[in-house]
Amino acid sequence: MGVIETLTHAFPELLLVLGGMILLITGVFLGDRYSRHISLIAVALMIGAAILTLLGQGASANALFDGAFRIDDFAVFSKIVIFVAAAFAILMSIGTLPGEELGRFEYPILIILAVFGMSLMVSASDLISLYMGVETQSLALYILAAFNRDSRRSTEAGLKYFVLGALSSGLLLYGASLIYGFTGSTQFETIARIATSGETNIGLVFGVVFLIAGLAFKVSAAPFHMWTPDVYEGAPTPVTAFFAAAPKVAAIALFSRVLVTSVPDIIDQWRPIIAIISVASMTVGAFSAIVQVNIKRLMAYSSIGHMGYALIGLAAGTPEGIGSILIYMTIYVVMTIGAFACILMMRRRGGLTEKIADLSGLSKTNAPLALMLTVFMFSMAGVPPAGGFFGKWYVFLAAVNADLVWLAIAGAVASVISAFYYLKVIWVIWFDEPAPTFEREVKPALRFTAAGAAFLMFPLTLFLVGPLREAANHAASALF
Amino acid sequence: MISAVAFYIFASIAIIAALMVISSKNPVHSVLFLIITFISAAGLFVLMGAEYLAMLLVVVYVGAVAVLFLFVVMMLDVDFVELKQGFLRYVPIAGTLAAIVVGELIMVVSVWVFPSDAELARAHPSPKAMEIVSDPSGPNNIEQLGLILYTDYIHYFQIAGVVLLIAMIGAIVLTFRTRKGVKKQDAVKQIGRKRSEGVEVVKVKTGQGL
Repeated sequence: MGVIETLTHAFPELLLVLGGMILLITGVFLGDRYSRHISLIAVALMIGAAILTLLGQGASANALFDGAFRIDDFAVFSKIVIFVAAAFAILMSIGTLPGEELGRFEYPILIILAVFGMSLMVSASDLISLYMGVETQSLALYILAAFNRDSRRSTEAGLKYFVLGALSSGLLLYGASLIYGFTGSTQFETIARIATSGETNIGLVFGVVFLIAGLAFKVSAAPFHMWTPDVYEGAPTPVTAFFAAAPKVAAIALFSRVLVTSVPDIIDQWRPIIAIISVASMTVGAFSAIVQVNIKRLMAYSSIGHMGYALIGLAAGTPEGIGSILIYMTIYVVMTIGAFACILMMRRRGGLTEKIADLSGLSKTNAPLALMLTVFMFSMAGVPPAGGFFGKWYVFLAAVNADLVWLAIAGAVASVISAFYYLKVIWVIWFDEPAPTFEREVKPALRFTAAGAAFLMFPLTLFLVGPLREAANHAASALF
Repeated sequence: MISAVAFYIFASIAIIAALMVISSKNPVHSVLFLIITFISAAGLFVLMGAEYLAMLLVVVYVGAVAVLFLFVVMMLDVDFVELKQGFLRYVPIAGTLAAIVVGELIMVVSVWVFPSDAELARAHPSPKAMEIVSDPSGPNNIEQLGLILYTDYIHYFQIAGVVLLIAMIGAIVLTFRTRKGVKKQDAVKQIGRKRSEGVEVVKVKTGQGL
């Protein structure tokens, strides 16, 4: 395959990284006054990358750069979700960032570069490209967390994220080097071939455990979740909205690809680890969120819990399980973006408020916002007609079909417990004494995003979940 | 013969210096011993025929990293004597942890299964390092590295470039400030000044000021 042909297959990534660099130069010359335009172009880049990914689906060549970069239906599906999520994250930030004195042009550029890293992660089929992708993404995210450099909480969030992220990268590298040492290869396919031959290689298992620990940090699954609440709370809210959506999809897609394509034969060794991480995350998500008073911290614990549910699908390790992860993550991304669009609408006197108590009596002062938030909370809790229910349903179904009934039951119990705090928010919104109203003037982008996501969660989800399931299962079968 | 002697000299210096790094009381001395360790390790690399790695070790580690360490150690006014005071108190728990890790490592290494030569050959079709080095007519170290870096590893090489770009953007975003009210010299403005803007002819009446 010639150079040009190779590059045509990596077109979405090239578009992102070259577009990001051109925007960077433009921004340097034009200054922060044009940051709004740069953000809009960044949104266009994301949409363009998503369209190119869709067009490139089913290309004959699916492994590029000596097997380091793989394009298959799984990668295509995850990338489209990531690109769209990032596009909405940038779109939501346009209205809000200048209000927080953050309207610098580097913001969308860092998001573009982070998304470039995520795209590499999703396509990584080699331990080196796995690490490079993770680092590209994480480094951009650390900077974004500390973006509001004049705020102590934001810089603290950035520093915490950076230090713990460096630690987890160390674990990841340790695991990767052990795997390389015991199999003699960094490519997932070769590792799988060597793992199959002969008896179980304990050194390989040892490496896989460290790899799982490193990746569990990136998806913020318990017991590697400690950074999440502080980073989510400290980072500027639009940044948190971005953190909660796209990076999670990338990390969990990478997680699935590594375990399923490189070490499928030692599933008996890694399945219990994933199951325990999953149960721990669901428990932490369910219990720690109950006492939160800050809605961003609540969302952080909620996302830890959601990662636990998604990992149930990985513990199943079947095509159905991986498909259910994709379904779960797609629904999760839509409701997270919607919920954060609502949180970004909680403005008073020019600033954002983030206390749950500020929402009290919202149904009387701002009925549309109250209605949308209610839909998202019901959906996250997994109450039947809303979207979140279907995500959980397919994950549990996959676990039951893989003889992991106990895991499905644990998930169901955790989901009932976590329903408590989601319902508490709904109670505050509908039945408490009204608090002062939020600002009436809301950017149309936010209103559009929140309303669109709410409609997707209910009632559109009833019609869309069928096609989504088909697409996800088709994508998941590419890994097997 | 000479190379064996050189090996033992470099190796013993490296080990002794490495011991001094962790045992010397003064942190500045520690860093200086670290530099000696690096240089001896570079010597070992030369003996193995990896002259490019040796150069890299000297330039990057001695030239940049160790000097940076030295600056940090000298600038941070940490009282190291005070830090070491709790040493005896922590020995039991630290010793236990170390013993556990050593035990784990022994357990892992004792069950180490080497992949067979056939598997290794399949995984690495390229010739082994020693064969390349021992061939005097073949490409030298850096040529060989370049041949791999810009062909098989071009993907990683380019991504590494992007990572560095992100780091650079990050450093600027988080630290660069444009201060208001700073008086700066603007050469273009100075050169572009005309006589009509700079000179004003004023008629002053006799006996009066301006």
